Amino acid sequence: MFLPSVALLAALLTWSLVAIPHFGHYRGPYGFVLNRVVLPERHMTNVVTATVFDYRGFDTMGEEFILFIAVTGVVLLLREQDRDESSDSEDEIGSDAVRVGGSLAVGVCLLVALWLIAFGFVTPGGGFQGGVALASSLVLVFLVASHKAWSGIASEEVLDPFEGVGAGGYVVVGLAALIGGMAFLTNLLGPGTPGTLYSGGSAPFVNWAAGTEVAAAFLILFMEFIEAYVVPLA
Amino acid sequence: MSVLPYLVAGWICVIGLYGIVTSRDLIHLALCLTVTQSSTYVLLLAVGYVQGGGPPIFKGVELGTTAVDPVVQSLTLTDIVVSVTVLALILALALDVHSEIETMDPDRIVELQG
Repeated sequence: MFLPSVALLAALLTWSLVAIPHFGHYRGPYGFVLNRVVLPERHMTNVVTATVFDYRGFDTMGEEFILFIAVTGVVLLLREQDRDESSDSEDEIGSDAVRVGGSLAVGVCLLVALWLIAFGFVTPGGGFQGGVALASSLVLVFLVASHKAWSGIASEEVLDPFEGVGAGGYVVVGLAALIGGMAFLTNLLGPGTPGTLYSGGSAPFVNWAAGTEVAAAFLILFMEFIEAYVVPLA
Repeated sequence: MSVLPYLVAGWICVIGLYGIVTSRDLIHLALCLTVTQSSTYVLLLAVGYVQGGGPPIFKGVELGTTAVDPVVQSLTLTDIVVSVTVLALILALALDVHSEIETMDPDRIVELQG
């Protein structure tokens, strides 16, 4: 059973390799077209972010809701677990070096994350990448401070509104175009000045919505898993 | 070597599949699945590479400079997000399985239910 499967898989992989274009000889045309038209049309200098939040904006909305639904699923699956309420008493980090260095790292990571989101359509970055970095910078609080400090950030009361606003804000930007008599998620507000924060029309708003949604979603995931896996071991 | 990136993608895919098939632990299995999925990132980026092309970002770079395909890069971004959500769901399910029947071994789950 094993050998025939391997032979079949090897045959399929070889077959697909033969037909694929040679490495470095991308045939296009969509990539070439986008690289040409994005800057004149939208004044966004990061073509990848422009593709994600403008030209493929509708797909990205679906993607955002995949994340939203998956997080809802995880919260539902893990909510039955018994939570040990007494465990957050004696988990202070003893080392001063860890506390000081870690706290500095939290600030640096937070700034980098906000820069990644804010300038996501100008320089490398974007709502998704920056959102993950934002969530990671706050998870650092759990690592370098106490569980108590972490649960001040990571509570349903704090995170759920952000996740809702992130997911809903994306749809609201889309509906705004619909109210204006244009197609859903049509880019509004004019292109602005290339290479500055004032560019890209309504795409920066969608970008921020995605960043908020991703950061809140990741923090909720971390919160649920820390409660379910780590706290019972402490 | 113009086929090397594709071979790397194929190797990552196969080694991940091997891990899934031989896995004796649900968390190990979930990680192997993400290894398999990583091969699609390599494949997508390799398909969109243009010989001598720079990143598709035109801040301080003249428009019309040779750049790689931005579409496959945005697809890779989607791919990573989906991978993470799937991983989160599998880990949550694994935790549920463990609290139900006290095992993480996929084979033993089948035995206990059969």
